[in-house]
Amino acid sequence: MSDSAHAAEAHTETAHAVHRHPAPTGFIAKYVFSVDHKVIGKQYWFLALFASFMGMALSLWFRWHLAYPEQGLLTPEGYLAILTMHGTIMVFMVLTTAPQGGFGNYALPIQIGAEDMAFPRLNMLSFWLTLLSLIILLAAFFVGYDAKNWVPGPGSGWTGYAPLSVVEKAQAGKSGAWPQTMWVLSIAVFCLASLIASINFIVTTLDLRCKGMTLMRMPLTVWAWFVTAIISLLAFGVLLAGGLLLLLDRHLGTSFFVPGNLFIDNRVVTEHTGGSPLLWQHLFWFFGHPEVYIAILPGMGLASHLLANFARKPIFGYAAMVYAIFAIALLGFFVWGHHMFQSGMHPMTAVVFSVLTMIIGVPSAIKTFNWLGTLWNSKIRFDSPMLYALGFVSLFVTGGLGGIFLGQNAADVYFHDTYFVVGHFHMIMGVAAIFGIFAGSVYWFPKMFGRMMNERMSQIHFFATFIGVYLIFVPMHFVGLDGHPRRYAGFEFAFLKTPEMIAWHKVMTHGAIMTAVAQLVLLVNIFYSLFNGPKAPANPWEATSLEWGIPSPPPHDNFAGVIPVVNHGPYEYSVPGAPRDFIMQTDAPDILRHSSSQTAHIPVPTNTSASEKFPTLPPESSSDAGGSSGAAGGGSAPSDSGSTHA
Amino acid sequence: MPDAAQTLDAPAIPLTYARKGGEGGGRGFGGGGDGDGDAGDERRRRNHRAAMTAIWFTLAPVSMFFMAFASAYVVRESLGGDWQPLVLPPLMWVNTAILLGSSAALELARRRLDDAQGLQRWLFAATLLGVGFLAGQTVAWMGLAARGVYLASNPSHSFFYVITVAHALHLLIGVVALGYVTWLGARGRVSPARRTAVDVTAVYWHFMDGLWIFLFLLLSVWR
Repeated sequence: MSDSAHAAEAHTETAHAVHRHPAPTGFIAKYVFSVDHKVIGKQYWFLALFASFMGMALSLWFRWHLAYPEQGLLTPEGYLAILTMHGTIMVFMVLTTAPQGGFGNYALPIQIGAEDMAFPRLNMLSFWLTLLSLIILLAAFFVGYDAKNWVPGPGSGWTGYAPLSVVEKAQAGKSGAWPQTMWVLSIAVFCLASLIASINFIVTTLDLRCKGMTLMRMPLTVWAWFVTAIISLLAFGVLLAGGLLLLLDRHLGTSFFVPGNLFIDNRVVTEHTGGSPLLWQHLFWFFGHPEVYIAILPGMGLASHLLANFARKPIFGYAAMVYAIFAIALLGFFVWGHHMFQSGMHPMTAVVFSVLTMIIGVPSAIKTFNWLGTLWNSKIRFDSPMLYALGFVSLFVTGGLGGIFLGQNAADVYFHDTYFVVGHFHMIMGVAAIFGIFAGSVYWFPKMFGRMMNERMSQIHFFATFIGVYLIFVPMHFVGLDGHPRRYAGFEFAFLKTPEMIAWHKVMTHGAIMTAVAQLVLLVNIFYSLFNGPKAPANPWEATSLEWGIPSPPPHDNFAGVIPVVNHGPYEYSVPGAPRDFIMQTDAPDILRHSSSQTAHIPVPTNTSASEKFPTLPPESSSDAGGSSGAAGGGSAPSDSGSTHA
Repeated sequence: MPDAAQTLDAPAIPLTYARKGGEGGGRGFGGGGDGDGDAGDERRRRNHRAAMTAIWFTLAPVSMFFMAFASAYVVRESLGGDWQPLVLPPLMWVNTAILLGSSAALELARRRLDDAQGLQRWLFAATLLGVGFLAGQTVAWMGLAARGVYLASNPSHSFFYVITVAHALHLLIGVVALGYVTWLGARGRVSPARRTAVDVTAVYWHFMDGLWIFLFLLLSVWR
């Protein structure tokens, strides 16, 4: 409903839209109730940081229980509750919040040369609604309190399937109505927040680009955030509608989702008649599948951005990357049925969904091919953001492979609701997107906080996490192939209780512990660097986009009143004849004018300053280009580059 | 009349800057301090543009929200069984006419941006008719309730209430916006150069009007 509340907001807001607001002075105005997109981005980022550790702690809790169920760490209903809270917190409060709300808010306006988002106050509203949503969700932990049997949350899973999410008695334990109701309310508020935020992103991208920032000069990060906002805009309204119907079913006795004559807890449910559980699944997955792309697209944009940056090469196939993003977004709206192959679906319908699902592989493969094409023959700088970006690509491909099996409606008869599914979506939607978040955090940390993170700690964190997540989620595929169903609190069936199965669960659990310990390294790195890291230069990664042309951290209005003018594309690395191996988007248009025509117009990879930590810009670089026409390209095309392009 | 049509089609301030960003943000970007009329106009144009983009994109999630209800309605109806078709109260035809009248009044107001008195009159009429629609809907709901049609009495009733109430709540936001614009008009703060609020409200209001016709047809035809 607030999608339309926006209508009322819009014109009160316009007085301040696209308007430079004065820098606030007090602590509260500056860091708490801020309308500055940079502060709001950091707020989202810290919110996601908190939520991710919360979600991780929950996963350790039930992961330990799965390896050692005999210890009785969780009751079955407690297990389901913790599982639900883990999934909901991770999907909504981390995967949706950090890549888009965090980095999108922080970097998008700067990357397109705007001084803020189009509607700063709506921006603030969307953050505070997100926080409210998190608080409501966390409250679900406690409202199910019963002296004898505390059930820490709702037990319907993050998908909230009816009738489990509607009929109170259907959930084991005496948790009462409130946990599940809090869950629905939290999701509803989150929908409002996301809708408001996505309108803001779209308007900002369309209307606030600076002079020269044409659409096809936008960094791929901006494209990804923009398309993600469009997906959010179309998906969250449907979830909101479904959530409201769910609430009515729960509390006002309607029967949208609950069939009649359900036999639960030794009695026939008479309050509901003739509803359709499938209806909820359709509404949920119509949102749920695009949600996967809401989580992963910003990571894809960032991976593209970083691969070009640290391979010192233009991104391979920029336009194809843009079109692939759109193709993925579009197709993402037509494949929700593949989550429901086993829910009762006409086989012909299932085939259609299956074929459409396979087609998504095409733009995904285009992206992967272009990432590899970007890396091809390059001299990679293995700075930590690049490690995470490469980790993203690896996890995306590995996770995607599982999807090829799951997307076949015939094969899914076997795989459905096993750990194979859990392994697949954690790989591709969970940790791949998380690696995108890691990459963004390390990459933009110098800009956001004005200090460098510790490189060694980042490397340790990367390798430990990378190995750790593979240790968790690859075995899940094996366990799933052996038929272990998901959402079971232990080895309920005799055939599951084999030594191999128990051993795999222990491997996964210990992988999870290793991964969790690695996250402590990240946490220490963040908070240590926040106060003690070396001061960051303006452009530590020698990148081209606009945020690296301004001080770290940027001034309140980003460009200190100077109007940026963009003359170059976003990925002009190693351009022959350029004075440096990168041309910033705001560099003069004639930066290449004096260069000789001796070199072909092929981007030549270079290996400049791979070992040099945090190099600063050569201030005299543009002047030497004019003088020596013959050697002008020398700086960017050292002798060994000939061999790489021979 | 040609005069009025012109004001409608082409806003009095020329919105000429390029969409592709080539010209987009260049001027007026850092001109916050100088406060001359030129920079003010530039800012106003940019604000107008941003607000219009925002309101047009706002219609997307509103549409998706109602399409979710509409498709659920169609699916649930096709399941049959306990579904009892609901005959809509005839009063809703009157309400529909009132809502159409409100849209017309708003358009008449928008053709009189330079005529303070006419503007005020028609804006007030549009707001009043909007309130009238909501009042009429409330009367219709009460009449149905008196006939024993409750939210949970039958799936068709549930859908009827969910869809009409959700629409009414969206419309309420529009009425608040209309009231605000009317207040702006009364304060002399709506003119051909300061038309953002009235334009944004008009897009939303007309959309709510069209949405109602769609929902009304759905509920009365697809029973």
